[in-house]
Amino acid sequence: MQGYLFDYLPILIFLGIAIGLAFVIITASMVVARQRPDAEKLSAYECGFEPFDDTRGKFDVRFYLVAILFIIFDLEVAFLFPWAVSLGAIGVAGFWSMMLFLGVLTVGFIYEWKKGALEWE
Amino acid sequence: MTVELFIFYIFSIVTVASSVMVISSKNPVHSVLFLILAFFNAAGLFILIGVEFLAMVLVVVYVGAVAVLFMFVVMMLDINFVELREGFLQYLPIGALIGVILLVELILVGTSWAVSSGTDLAVQAAGINATPTGIPNTKALGMLIYTNYFYLFQSAGLILLVSIIGAITLTLRERVGVRRQNISRQVNRKPSETVQLVKVKSGEGI
Repeated sequence: MQGYLFDYLPILIFLGIAIGLAFVIITASMVVARQRPDAEKLSAYECGFEPFDDTRGKFDVRFYLVAILFIIFDLEVAFLFPWAVSLGAIGVAGFWSMMLFLGVLTVGFIYEWKKGALEWE
Repeated sequence: MTVELFIFYIFSIVTVASSVMVISSKNPVHSVLFLILAFFNAAGLFILIGVEFLAMVLVVVYVGAVAVLFMFVVMMLDINFVELREGFLQYLPIGALIGVILLVELILVGTSWAVSSGTDLAVQAAGINATPTGIPNTKALGMLIYTNYFYLFQSAGLILLVSIIGAITLTLRERVGVRRQNISRQVNRKPSETVQLVKVKSGEGI
Protein backbone atom coordinates (compact mmCIF):
# COMPACT_ATOMS: atom_id res chain seq x y z
CA MET A 1 0.00 0.00 0.00
CA GLN A 2 2.80 2.40 0.91
CA GLY A 3 4.79 1.63 -2.22
CA TYR A 4 1.70 2.13 -4.31
CA LEU A 5 1.15 5.59 -2.82
CA PHE A 6 4.80 6.50 -3.42
CA ASP A 7 4.08 6.13 -7.14
CA TYR A 8 1.70 9.06 -6.83
CA LEU A 9 4.14 11.22 -4.84
CA PRO A 10 5.33 13.16 -7.95
CA ILE A 11 1.74 14.16 -8.71
CA LEU A 12 1.30 15.37 -5.14
CA ILE A 13 4.53 17.37 -5.32
CA PHE A 14 3.43 18.82 -8.65
CA LEU A 15 0.07 19.75 -7.12
CA GLY A 16 1.82 21.44 -4.20
CA ILE A 17 4.11 23.40 -6.53
CA ALA A 18 1.16 24.46 -8.70
CA ILE A 19 -0.88 25.68 -5.72
CA GLY A 20 2.15 27.39 -4.19
CA LEU A 21 3.06 29.08 -7.47
CA ALA A 22 -0.50 30.35 -7.98
CA PHE A 23 -0.54 31.67 -4.43
CA VAL A 24 2.86 33.38 -4.85
CA ILE A 25 1.89 34.99 -8.17
CA ILE A 26 -1.40 36.37 -6.87
CA THR A 27 0.03 37.70 -3.61
CA ALA A 28 3.08 39.15 -5.38
CA SER A 29 0.89 41.06 -7.80
CA MET A 30 -1.18 42.33 -4.88
CA VAL A 31 1.82 43.36 -2.80
CA VAL A 32 4.32 44.60 -5.37
CA ALA A 33 2.08 46.24 -7.98
CA ARG A 34 0.53 49.65 -7.41
CA GLN A 35 -3.10 49.34 -6.36
CA ARG A 36 -5.33 52.22 -7.35
CA PRO A 37 -8.82 50.83 -7.85
CA ASP A 38 -11.18 53.08 -9.76
CA ALA A 39 -14.70 52.49 -11.02
CA GLU A 40 -13.74 53.92 -14.40
CA LYS A 41 -11.14 51.20 -14.88
CA LEU A 42 -13.86 48.55 -14.86
CA SER A 43 -16.31 50.42 -17.10
CA ALA A 44 -16.60 50.02 -20.85
CA TYR A 45 -13.62 51.36 -22.77
CA GLU A 46 -13.85 54.99 -23.73
CA CYS A 47 -14.69 54.46 -27.39
CA GLY A 48 -16.82 51.35 -26.84
CA PHE A 49 -20.53 51.28 -26.23
CA GLU A 50 -22.65 49.76 -23.52
CA PRO A 51 -23.72 46.16 -24.25
CA PHE A 52 -27.17 45.91 -25.81
CA ASP A 53 -28.44 42.81 -24.00
CA ASP A 54 -27.43 39.84 -21.91
CA THR A 55 -24.42 37.79 -22.94
CA ARG A 56 -26.39 34.63 -22.30
CA GLY A 57 -27.65 33.46 -25.66
CA LYS A 58 -29.14 30.17 -26.75
CA PHE A 59 -26.68 27.59 -27.97
CA ASP A 60 -27.56 25.35 -30.84
CA VAL A 61 -28.76 22.05 -29.38
CA ARG A 62 -26.41 20.16 -31.70
CA PHE A 63 -23.46 21.04 -29.46
CA TYR A 64 -25.25 19.06 -26.77
CA LEU A 65 -25.65 16.10 -29.11
CA VAL A 66 -21.93 16.11 -29.86
CA ALA A 67 -21.12 16.29 -26.14
CA ILE A 68 -23.46 13.37 -25.31
CA LEU A 69 -22.01 11.21 -28.07
CA PHE A 70 -18.52 12.09 -26.82
CA ILE A 71 -19.41 10.95 -23.28
CA ILE A 72 -20.83 7.66 -24.55
CA PHE A 73 -17.75 6.72 -26.54
CA ASP A 74 -15.54 8.01 -23.72
CA LEU A 75 -17.21 5.49 -21.41
CA GLU A 76 -16.76 2.75 -23.98
CA VAL A 77 -13.02 3.45 -24.05
CA ALA A 78 -12.95 3.52 -20.23
CA PHE A 79 -14.25 -0.06 -20.26
CA LEU A 80 -11.45 -1.07 -22.63
CA PHE A 81 -8.63 -0.21 -20.19
CA PRO A 82 -9.15 -2.91 -17.50
CA TRP A 83 -9.96 -5.38 -20.27
CA ALA A 84 -6.67 -4.72 -22.01
CA VAL A 85 -4.73 -5.01 -18.75
CA SER A 86 -6.36 -8.26 -17.63
CA LEU A 87 -6.84 -9.95 -21.00
CA GLY A 88 -4.23 -12.59 -20.19
CA ALA A 89 -6.10 -13.66 -17.07
CA ILE A 90 -9.71 -13.72 -18.28
CA GLY A 91 -9.17 -15.83 -21.38
CA VAL A 92 -11.46 -16.41 -24.33
CA ALA A 93 -14.69 -15.72 -22.43
CA GLY A 94 -13.51 -12.27 -21.46
CA PHE A 95 -12.36 -11.55 -24.99
CA TRP A 96 -15.74 -12.42 -26.54
CA SER A 97 -17.58 -10.63 -23.77
CA MET A 98 -15.84 -7.44 -24.82
CA MET A 99 -16.44 -8.19 -28.50
CA LEU A 100 -20.18 -8.45 -27.80
CA PHE A 101 -20.08 -5.15 -25.91
CA LEU A 102 -18.23 -3.47 -28.78
CA GLY A 103 -20.66 -5.03 -31.27
CA VAL A 104 -23.65 -3.53 -29.47
CA LEU A 105 -22.01 -0.12 -29.47
CA THR A 106 -21.00 -0.49 -33.11
CA VAL A 107 -24.70 -0.94 -33.92
CA GLY A 108 -25.28 2.39 -32.21
CA PHE A 109 -22.38 3.94 -34.06
CA ILE A 110 -23.69 2.79 -37.46
CA TYR A 111 -27.16 4.09 -36.57
CA GLU A 112 -25.67 7.42 -35.61
CA TRP A 113 -23.59 7.63 -38.79
CA LYS A 114 -26.46 6.71 -41.10
CA LYS A 115 -28.79 9.10 -39.30
CA GLY A 116 -26.38 11.93 -40.05
CA ALA A 117 -25.73 12.91 -36.44
CA LEU A 118 -22.01 13.22 -37.13
CA GLU A 119 -22.46 15.72 -39.95
CA TRP A 120 -22.50 19.40 -39.24
CA GLU A 121 -24.02 20.65 -42.53
CA MET B 1 0.70 6.77 7.97
CA THR B 2 0.37 10.21 9.48
CA VAL B 3 1.29 11.82 6.16
CA GLU B 4 -1.40 9.73 4.47
CA LEU B 5 -3.92 10.81 7.09
CA PHE B 6 -2.92 14.44 6.64
CA ILE B 7 -3.39 14.20 2.84
CA PHE B 8 -6.73 12.49 3.39
CA TYR B 9 -7.91 15.35 5.59
CA ILE B 10 -6.76 17.97 3.07
CA PHE B 11 -8.57 16.23 0.21
CA SER B 12 -11.75 15.63 2.17
CA ILE B 13 -11.89 19.17 3.57
CA VAL B 14 -11.48 20.66 0.10
CA THR B 15 -14.10 18.24 -1.27
CA VAL B 16 -16.66 19.20 1.35
CA ALA B 17 -15.90 22.92 1.08
CA SER B 18 -16.18 22.93 -2.71
CA SER B 19 -19.40 20.90 -2.55
CA VAL B 20 -20.85 23.56 -0.26
CA MET B 21 -19.72 26.20 -2.73
CA VAL B 22 -21.41 24.29 -5.59
CA ILE B 23 -24.83 24.78 -4.06
CA SER B 24 -24.26 28.17 -2.51
CA SER B 25 -22.39 30.20 -5.13
CA LYS B 26 -24.43 32.82 -6.94
CA ASN B 27 -22.96 32.33 -10.38
CA PRO B 28 -23.87 28.92 -11.91
CA VAL B 29 -20.63 28.87 -13.90
CA HIS B 30 -18.70 29.12 -10.63
CA SER B 31 -20.83 26.25 -9.31
CA VAL B 32 -19.71 24.04 -12.17
CA LEU B 33 -16.07 25.01 -11.61
CA PHE B 34 -16.36 24.13 -7.93
CA LEU B 35 -17.95 20.84 -8.97
CA ILE B 36 -14.84 20.12 -11.05
CA LEU B 37 -12.66 20.89 -8.01
CA ALA B 38 -14.78 18.49 -5.94
CA PHE B 39 -14.34 15.77 -8.59
CA PHE B 40 -10.57 16.22 -8.57
CA ASN B 41 -10.40 15.95 -4.79
CA ALA B 42 -12.66 12.89 -4.83
CA ALA B 43 -10.22 11.36 -7.31
CA GLY B 44 -7.45 12.06 -4.80
CA LEU B 45 -9.49 10.28 -2.11
CA PHE B 46 -9.99 7.32 -4.45
CA ILE B 47 -6.24 7.07 -4.97
CA LEU B 48 -5.72 7.12 -1.20
CA ILE B 49 -7.94 4.05 -0.72
CA GLY B 50 -6.19 2.26 -3.58
CA VAL B 51 -8.74 2.33 -6.41
CA GLU B 52 -6.65 4.12 -8.98
CA PHE B 53 -8.75 3.06 -11.98
CA LEU B 54 -11.88 4.67 -10.54
CA ALA B 55 -9.85 7.80 -9.80
CA MET B 56 -8.67 8.04 -13.40
CA VAL B 57 -12.18 7.38 -14.73
CA LEU B 58 -13.51 10.06 -12.43
CA VAL B 59 -11.06 12.55 -13.90
CA VAL B 60 -11.48 11.49 -17.53
CA VAL B 61 -15.24 10.92 -17.63
CA TYR B 62 -16.61 13.27 -14.99
CA VAL B 63 -14.21 16.17 -15.32
CA GLY B 64 -13.56 15.74 -19.03
CA ALA B 65 -17.08 15.04 -20.20
CA VAL B 66 -19.83 15.38 -17.62
CA ALA B 67 -18.67 18.72 -16.21
CA VAL B 68 -18.31 20.07 -19.74
CA LEU B 69 -21.87 18.93 -20.43
CA PHE B 70 -23.05 20.70 -17.26
CA MET B 71 -21.27 23.80 -18.48
CA PHE B 72 -23.11 23.46 -21.80
CA VAL B 73 -26.44 23.19 -20.04
CA VAL B 74 -25.67 26.24 -17.90
CA MET B 75 -24.66 28.22 -20.98
CA MET B 76 -27.34 26.83 -23.27
CA LEU B 77 -30.41 27.55 -21.20
CA ASP B 78 -31.45 31.12 -21.69
CA ILE B 79 -32.37 31.67 -18.04
CA ASN B 80 -32.16 34.81 -16.02
CA PHE B 81 -30.69 33.46 -12.82
CA VAL B 82 -31.72 36.46 -10.76
CA GLU B 83 -35.37 35.78 -11.56
CA LEU B 84 -34.87 32.10 -10.82
CA ARG B 85 -33.66 32.89 -7.32
CA GLU B 86 -36.75 34.89 -6.35
CA GLY B 87 -38.83 31.88 -5.30
CA PHE B 88 -36.07 30.59 -3.02
CA LEU B 89 -37.81 31.20 0.31
CA GLN B 90 -41.06 29.83 -1.02
CA TYR B 91 -39.50 26.46 -1.84
CA LEU B 92 -37.25 26.38 1.24
CA PRO B 93 -39.50 24.19 3.50
CA ILE B 94 -40.04 21.41 0.97
CA GLY B 95 -36.38 21.55 -0.09
CA ALA B 96 -35.29 21.29 3.54
CA LEU B 97 -37.66 18.35 4.04
CA ILE B 98 -36.17 16.47 1.06
CA GLY B 99 -32.69 17.28 2.37
CA VAL B 100 -33.51 15.82 5.79
CA ILE B 101 -34.98 12.68 4.20
CA LEU B 102 -31.82 12.21 2.13
CA LEU B 103 -29.66 12.70 5.22
CA VAL B 104 -31.65 10.07 7.14
CA GLU B 105 -31.31 7.67 4.22
CA LEU B 106 -27.55 8.21 4.07
CA ILE B 107 -27.22 7.64 7.82
CA LEU B 108 -29.28 4.45 7.52
CA VAL B 109 -27.06 3.21 4.70
CA GLY B 110 -23.90 4.09 6.62
CA THR B 111 -24.95 2.40 9.86
CA SER B 112 -26.81 -0.69 8.65
CA TRP B 113 -24.61 -1.73 5.75
CA ALA B 114 -21.77 -3.87 7.02
CA VAL B 115 -18.70 -4.25 4.84
CA SER B 116 -18.01 -7.95 4.45
CA SER B 117 -14.20 -7.63 4.55
CA GLY B 118 -13.39 -9.14 1.17
CA THR B 119 -15.51 -12.28 1.54
CA ASP B 120 -17.94 -11.42 -1.22
CA LEU B 121 -18.79 -14.57 -3.17
CA ALA B 122 -17.87 -13.26 -6.60
CA VAL B 123 -14.69 -11.71 -5.29
CA GLN B 124 -13.79 -15.02 -3.68
CA ALA B 125 -14.55 -16.88 -6.88
CA ALA B 126 -12.07 -14.77 -8.77
CA GLY B 127 -9.52 -15.57 -6.12
CA ILE B 128 -8.65 -11.97 -5.36
CA ASN B 129 -9.05 -9.66 -2.45
CA ALA B 130 -10.93 -6.39 -2.46
CA THR B 131 -7.63 -4.58 -1.95
CA PRO B 132 -5.24 -7.03 -3.59
CA THR B 133 -1.55 -7.18 -2.99
CA GLY B 134 0.63 -7.76 -6.02
CA ILE B 135 -2.14 -7.22 -8.57
CA PRO B 136 -2.79 -3.70 -9.79
CA ASN B 137 -6.29 -2.45 -9.05
CA THR B 138 -7.14 -2.05 -12.73
CA LYS B 139 -6.25 -5.67 -13.44
CA ALA B 140 -8.24 -6.89 -10.44
CA LEU B 141 -11.23 -4.97 -11.74
CA GLY B 142 -10.78 -6.38 -15.23
CA MET B 143 -10.67 -9.95 -13.88
CA LEU B 144 -14.15 -9.45 -12.45
CA ILE B 145 -16.10 -7.21 -14.84
CA TYR B 146 -15.93 -9.15 -18.08
CA THR B 147 -16.53 -12.67 -16.84
CA ASN B 148 -18.10 -12.69 -13.36
CA TYR B 149 -20.30 -9.70 -14.02
CA PHE B 150 -21.00 -10.54 -17.66
CA TYR B 151 -24.70 -9.61 -17.64
CA LEU B 152 -24.14 -6.31 -15.86
CA PHE B 153 -21.37 -5.47 -18.31
CA GLN B 154 -23.56 -6.25 -21.32
CA SER B 155 -26.46 -4.29 -19.89
CA ALA B 156 -24.09 -1.34 -19.47
CA GLY B 157 -23.44 -1.65 -23.21
CA LEU B 158 -27.17 -1.75 -23.90
CA ILE B 159 -27.73 1.33 -21.73
CA LEU B 160 -25.07 3.17 -23.73
CA LEU B 161 -26.81 2.07 -26.96
CA VAL B 162 -30.14 3.35 -25.67
CA SER B 163 -28.57 6.65 -24.70
CA ILE B 164 -27.07 7.03 -28.20
CA ILE B 165 -30.48 6.47 -29.76
CA GLY B 166 -32.21 8.68 -27.21
CA ALA B 167 -29.82 11.59 -27.69
CA ILE B 168 -30.16 11.36 -31.46
CA THR B 169 -33.95 11.13 -31.52
CA LEU B 170 -34.31 13.97 -29.02
CA THR B 171 -31.91 16.49 -30.50
CA LEU B 172 -31.33 15.70 -34.15
CA ARG B 173 -33.58 17.54 -36.53
CA GLU B 174 -33.38 17.52 -40.27
CA ARG B 175 -32.98 20.92 -41.79
CA VAL B 176 -34.69 21.47 -45.10
CA GLY B 177 -32.90 23.27 -47.86
CA VAL B 178 -29.40 22.31 -46.73
CA ARG B 179 -27.18 21.15 -49.58
CA ARG B 180 -24.84 18.45 -48.36
CA GLN B 181 -21.70 17.34 -50.11
CA ASN B 182 -22.30 13.98 -51.81
CA ILE B 183 -18.80 12.75 -52.52
CA SER B 184 -19.66 9.67 -54.58
CA ARG B 185 -21.94 11.71 -56.82
CA GLN B 186 -19.21 14.29 -57.13
CA VAL B 187 -16.61 11.76 -58.16
CA ASN B 188 -18.93 9.91 -60.55
CA ARG B 189 -19.76 12.96 -62.63
CA LYS B 190 -18.49 12.76 -66.17
CA PRO B 191 -17.57 15.80 -68.23
CA SER B 192 -19.78 14.57 -71.08
CA GLU B 193 -22.90 14.74 -68.88
CA THR B 194 -22.30 18.09 -67.32
CA VAL B 195 -20.41 20.27 -69.77
CA GLN B 196 -21.71 21.05 -73.23
CA LEU B 197 -20.29 23.24 -75.89
CA VAL B 198 -22.79 25.51 -77.54
CA LYS B 199 -22.07 27.37 -80.72
CA VAL B 200 -23.73 30.73 -80.52
CA LYS B 201 -24.21 32.78 -83.62
CA SER B 202 -23.13 36.32 -83.29
CA GLY B 203 -25.96 38.68 -82.53
CA GLU B 204 -28.20 35.94 -80.98
CA GLY B 205 -28.56 34.56 -77.47
CA ILE B 206 -29.00 30.96 -76.43
